[in-house]
Amino acid sequence: MDKKRYELNIQLAQMLKGGVIMDVTNVEQARIAEDAGAVAVMALERVPSDIRKDGGVARMSDPEMIAKIKKAVSIPVMAKARIGHFVEAQILEALRIDYIDESEVLTPADEECHIDKTKFSIPFVCGARNLGEALRRIAEGAAMIRTKGEAGTGNVVEAVRHMRTMNREIRQLVQMPVEEVTGFAKTNGLPYELALKVKELGRLPVVNFAAGGIATPADAALMMQLGCDGVFVGSGIFKAADPKLRAAAIVKATAYFDDPKKVLKASMGLGEAMPGLEISQIAPEHLLAGRGW
Amino acid sequence: MIAKQKKKNSGAIGILDLQGGVYEHLDHLQRLGITARRVKHASDFNDLAGLIIPGGESSCIARLLDIFAIKQPLLKACERGMKIWGTCAGAILLAQKVVGEASSLGLIDIEIKRNSFGSQLDSFKSEARIPEVADDPIPLTFIRAPKIVRVGKDVNVLLKVKDYIAAAESESILVTVFHPELTGSLAFHRYFAAKCGLNPAVNTRSCSEQQWNYDSWTRLARSV
Repeated sequence: MDKKRYELNIQLAQMLKGGVIMDVTNVEQARIAEDAGAVAVMALERVPSDIRKDGGVARMSDPEMIAKIKKAVSIPVMAKARIGHFVEAQILEALRIDYIDESEVLTPADEECHIDKTKFSIPFVCGARNLGEALRRIAEGAAMIRTKGEAGTGNVVEAVRHMRTMNREIRQLVQMPVEEVTGFAKTNGLPYELALKVKELGRLPVVNFAAGGIATPADAALMMQLGCDGVFVGSGIFKAADPKLRAAAIVKATAYFDDPKKVLKASMGLGEAMPGLEISQIAPEHLLAGRGW
Repeated sequence: MIAKQKKKNSGAIGILDLQGGVYEHLDHLQRLGITARRVKHASDFNDLAGLIIPGGESSCIARLLDIFAIKQPLLKACERGMKIWGTCAGAILLAQKVVGEASSLGLIDIEIKRNSFGSQLDSFKSEARIPEVADDPIPLTFIRAPKIVRVGKDVNVLLKVKDYIAAAESESILVTVFHPELTGSLAFHRYFAAKCGLNPAVNTRSCSEQQWNYDSWTRLARSV
């Protein structure tokens, strides 16, 4: 990927700021998402809560299904490749979707290497739990970051933890004298040049969305107030009682995240949210956020 | 009503802050020394000299304009004399006709086709000379861009490329399908400020444009 292409890819993510990216599993859901005001859709076979329930190996979705969704909507289409599965990524690039999510929600294909994203022209978004993980993904060529949260739980606690961790580490970096950056970078696994960049900017150099557990308009507004640039909603919409209403409500609350009266109004009369999972009741080997490094 | 009409033009340019590339425009306007602010409430439009509708997803922004009843105050402000510039999604929202879709604000007699180049892999950068806007060539960034396929007789074409129109204007509306806010060039922002009757700083070129970097917008969106 040359510098121009990388800039264009970062800039597409910039155009998604303040928006909601929704997981969809078929054409009908993709249309509902677009009509509700989604800024992009993530095409996948099963939403994370079903992946969690079904177990087994979760892979890239059927390209034919992704192609149908691409045809049905005019907003950007994203799809997931397994961590390290660069051939799934090659297929998705050949399919000419708009963005690839190298995602811990799918079963990792490589336990040592993430995809070398600099070899691609298509942009990648990657998950991160902390600043080090975010900057390692950017060093590998990611054009956008999302906090991992814990997908498919309807529980926002991990998304909050990851966002707060990232903010705390950025704050530390901004405040420390430059000679301390080397040690901080070593301890936390930060690529040094990018650490200096973050210190200068006071934030990630690319767009950072929140993901993993957002189920209500209030969850979305919470993540926005914590400083993320937009939100991904996975199972939260199509596992809720009324997906249309909920999708529109989350879009409203994300746009007006700092206006409690509007978030209140958006929260009314939505019916049941998706059932939530307590993180402590999930066996450690079933936690998705620990995948990747 | 009368009080509103009498309200003084504040000399500020607003940037519609519902979704999309808001900080990027804010950054450029500030470099020109223009008073600029993000706007998202019905009452925000009363005293603006100009409004920028940024790039983003037009279907999302159109929906929010309707739901939050911003459309009417925006149209009223335009009637009062507020100039509007739409980039990319903004141009789609301002068009009278959108191929295959309902139009939103319908303030300029153009027909526009959404996402006309293909996927993100077809996004590109180029440059062009636009004599009305600047003497030097202007860098252009097209991201999943629309194409203007037809303009009405009262619309002046600023840039035509091959089979499509990339920039056009009427007396009160400017549309570009590319993103000047994603380049180091301040030419279009200077041009729009002048259209709004404002005087952008003249000697900003040598320093401000050179210091621009693709991550310059982040200074306005620090997370800590």
